[in-house]
Amino acid sequence: MTLHYHGRARKLLKQNNIEDFDLIEIITSTQTLEGILIPRPELEDDNHVVIKLSNGYNLGVRLQKIKKIKVLKKQGIKRTVEKIKKYREEYIENAEVTVIGTGGTIASRVDYSTGAVYPQFTAKDLLLKYPEVKGIAKIRTKLLFNILSEDMDPHLWVKIAETVSQELNSGVKGVVVTHGTDTLHYTAAALSFMLETLSGPVVLTGAQRSSDRGSTDAYLNFLSSVRVASYHKLGEVVVVMHQTPSDNFCVIHRGTKVRKMHTSRRDAFLPVNSSILGLVNQEKLVFLTNYRQASQKETQADTRVETKVGLIQAHPGINPEIIDFYLDKNYRGLVIAGTGLGHVPKQLLQPIKRAIDEKTVVVLTSQCLYGRVNLRVYRRGRELLKLGVIPGEDMLPEVALVKLMIGLGRFQNIEEVKSYLLKNVAGEINSHLSLSYFPPTNK
Amino acid sequence: MQIDYEKIGLKVGLEWHQRLNTSKLFCNCPSKLQTREAEIKLLRKLTLTKSELGEIDPAAEFEKVRNREFIYHVYSDVNCEVEADECPPYELNKEALEIALMISLMLQMEPVDEIHVMRKTVIDGSNTTGFQRTALIALGTERSKINTEQGNVKLETLTLEEESAFIISSSPTKAEYRLDRLGIPLVEVATAADIKTPEHAKEVAQKVGLIFRATHKVQRGLGSIRQDINVSIKEGARQEIKGVQRLELIPKILKNEVRRQLGLIKIRKELRKRGLTMEEISMNYIEVTNIFKNTASKIVRNQIRRGGVALAVKLPKFRNLLSLEIQEGKTFGYELSTYAKKIAGVGGIFHSDELPSYGISVEETEGLLKQLNCREKDAAVLVVDDLKKAKKALEAVVDRAKQALIGVPSETRKPLEDGTTEYLRPLPGPSRMYPETDISPIKLREEYINEIRRKIPSSPDELVKELSRRYSIREETAKQLLIEDKDELFREAVEYSGAEPKTVAFTILNTLKSLKREGIPIKNLKKKEIIETLSLFKKGKISKEAIPLILQKIAETPKLTTEEAVKQLNLKKVSEEDVKKAVEKTVSEKKDLILSFKEKSINKIMGIVMQEFRGKVPGETVYRLVEQEVNKVLKKNRRK
Repeated sequence: MTLHYHGRARKLLKQNNIEDFDLIEIITSTQTLEGILIPRPELEDDNHVVIKLSNGYNLGVRLQKIKKIKVLKKQGIKRTVEKIKKYREEYIENAEVTVIGTGGTIASRVDYSTGAVYPQFTAKDLLLKYPEVKGIAKIRTKLLFNILSEDMDPHLWVKIAETVSQELNSGVKGVVVTHGTDTLHYTAAALSFMLETLSGPVVLTGAQRSSDRGSTDAYLNFLSSVRVASYHKLGEVVVVMHQTPSDNFCVIHRGTKVRKMHTSRRDAFLPVNSSILGLVNQEKLVFLTNYRQASQKETQADTRVETKVGLIQAHPGINPEIIDFYLDKNYRGLVIAGTGLGHVPKQLLQPIKRAIDEKTVVVLTSQCLYGRVNLRVYRRGRELLKLGVIPGEDMLPEVALVKLMIGLGRFQNIEEVKSYLLKNVAGEINSHLSLSYFPPTNK
Repeated sequence: MQIDYEKIGLKVGLEWHQRLNTSKLFCNCPSKLQTREAEIKLLRKLTLTKSELGEIDPAAEFEKVRNREFIYHVYSDVNCEVEADECPPYELNKEALEIALMISLMLQMEPVDEIHVMRKTVIDGSNTTGFQRTALIALGTERSKINTEQGNVKLETLTLEEESAFIISSSPTKAEYRLDRLGIPLVEVATAADIKTPEHAKEVAQKVGLIFRATHKVQRGLGSIRQDINVSIKEGARQEIKGVQRLELIPKILKNEVRRQLGLIKIRKELRKRGLTMEEISMNYIEVTNIFKNTASKIVRNQIRRGGVALAVKLPKFRNLLSLEIQEGKTFGYELSTYAKKIAGVGGIFHSDELPSYGISVEETEGLLKQLNCREKDAAVLVVDDLKKAKKALEAVVDRAKQALIGVPSETRKPLEDGTTEYLRPLPGPSRMYPETDISPIKLREEYINEIRRKIPSSPDELVKELSRRYSIREETAKQLLIEDKDELFREAVEYSGAEPKTVAFTILNTLKSLKREGIPIKNLKKKEIIETLSLFKKGKISKEAIPLILQKIAETPKLTTEEAVKQLNLKKVSEEDVKKAVEKTVSEKKDLILSFKEKSINKIMGIVMQEFRGKVPGETVYRLVEQEVNKVLKKNRRK
């Protein structure tokens, strides 16, 4: 018996032998209502029964008003999405592009007859939904996991990186990773650092409007991503998302130079301290700047990662104990998103000194996001340099965080970690900041 | 021909869509239509798939065939991310909800306990999301009905939904919309199919419209209320006539629709009598461009020159049925052509019942019929356009012709200004709704409903009685003030001008209307100026006759104050003494005229005097004085 109700409502429905999607009749003192019982999300109260009327509308009826309730027909509705099938992906020989599913908005689907939303929308479902993609490349799909991107985690980056390298080494031209957009730029950075030599493109994409609606941006994002992934000359991790609120082009962003800058817009992803790499849609692919060529060698994944790394935002009135907390918990690295050119309030100098004395690596970036840190202009900067912090150049705080995790994972020697951080590994440090990079634009 | 509507089984239901006078339903943008061009343009596509629509929706199928581009014109100041579908909706507008509940209670409907906002799939692009957000607010009970002389009409549902975007242009490949209108709250009320005659529909429509207005919280003016008409007859099929804006058109539209369905039933009977079978109607088109190589028809020539082709198809046994008039001035052939226009985007079709015509010659017509192997009872349809479009157009025509053998297809139809309707798309199927997951269910507590119940304004019937009693005007006049939405203006004008209510009502209802009829831009008139004019009359500074002249002057030169208008028109009231003097003077000057025309000269003298006194003295006064003086002259003369 499936019944998605709790508490009092559940008791009443159970007493009357009613299940989800049964056609039922409810009699109140003024009305007789007939409709399909709709499951009720757990977060809602237990004081209402929700039915769908024959005209398609849902409404909730308060328990106190119900005089009589009974089943008219068991399972009164034909459901368009059958119970979630156990996941099985076909293995397609000679595939040109592998699509790896990890969850997120791009992977949600609704059962239109009941209104239930199913997150288990697989990469394969995307193929079924957008068959046009077959005209671009022969696709193989793989579902790694299905999570919301706020739940993304370094050990999952490892899984993605390993799968991507396996796929590339199995002979596909490129890989598309579908991902929730919230932390997509962290994963893009992680893959950029973990996959230092790439035999083909790795494209991360997602959706800002869910796939369960006509206006979804998933269609263009997905098709464009597959087009980029099948361009075998590219040897970088890139993010492909809408260029503008219009459905005509997507932007190809460098994986280490992009950030979600808006909570909801289709064109939320913007380049930071960089230009865009190129533009793409179903039909066209244009590169506007130089990109790193794909390597002739096999793709190598170095997935060692240290998770005891923190990211702290400096702000007026910040309590220095924050840093002490991290140190007391034996954190090995800290990224500070400082103010302006890379400054922190004076009360942080003492705990930063303690950190460095205790061999914890401290990287200073800027919460301005745009521009380079410079610790030689003001006194505070010079004080920080003297303490031994590493200036994060023009790296985003998030990118510096990921890089520090990987640096600490790979190297035991602090000096080696430092030199890794200061070296441009995957385009994350741009020695040349053009005036055209700010204000940022997707053009 | 008098139609017995009961006998033909006429069933009519109405649906009102009334815009509310609040900010938008799911964001804080103003519900104000713009007249300027929008600054931002967006291009969007809708990607719906069959599997997602559940049971195949004919409307969806229809639109899906068209891989359309949608261009949205977005205003940077009065639109926000919500209308552009660039962020999730905000909470449901509380004020709009309250008005919707108030209307529910006024209509004796029962509010639901918990509101669930739904998404109704919309694929014509009129919503940026691909769906319209809508919520059931109240349901009808035994007590919810509109009482009329022809019986009660039950009310079924009241919903609160988003207004669609304003359409700028539309073709099968592209549609453009403006977003100023998108998201304005709409209250939708639907009746059962209890309406019995075309006139009855109008009466019901008017009654409900008055209830909306009694809240004083709905938008007014053209387009702010629209009626959808659901109509069917026995052996016919349900049609939805969407968005009738003018109440007066409802009876005419219904009469035309009844006529159309009866006509289609007649065509079906005739086709069956002629022994037509479904298999005979097929898409066996041929190219006939060669026939029209040297045609005198401009339309055909231009299309061919542009690289178009002439395609034709035979409609077996349809001869003389295409020219059958099924709506006022519109034939069955026109019905076929609207399908071709709508589905294929062609300019139109030619059919053999109307040929030779449009510059197409007798020889060309004969050639066409011959090439198609048309026999006596067969008809031919011709389309000239790009190959792809022309083919699609003929497919649409053939599909529609097939339906003629079955009967009346269920359609969504668009009302036209002349009271006829036109094919828009197939009637959408029922399963197009799913929950709006971005908005939590809203509980309506009893205390909240009771609070709204206490705020309910008087009903229109009560208002009529109250107006009539309070101002001693006839109920008919009071009702008219309400229907024309001028009751507030009337009250204020009486209170502030002190003028007699009857004069005020006459000015507001009749004077303004006749000025409008004469083409005077009365929309320039403000409440203040109407009150000031009436006030001058009350104080005896101007005559009643001056009222329309002053209002006209102000309407035509909106910068003038009322005082200035009076001055410019030289309308200061004059005493009867002055008029008398002027009359005596004219009469003595025109003695000859009076003597030769006798009593008939009164009107002539009147005309001369009125040139000076128009609007300053009542005409009756002038007439009385002229008559008096002329008679004096005539009497004197007779005595001589």
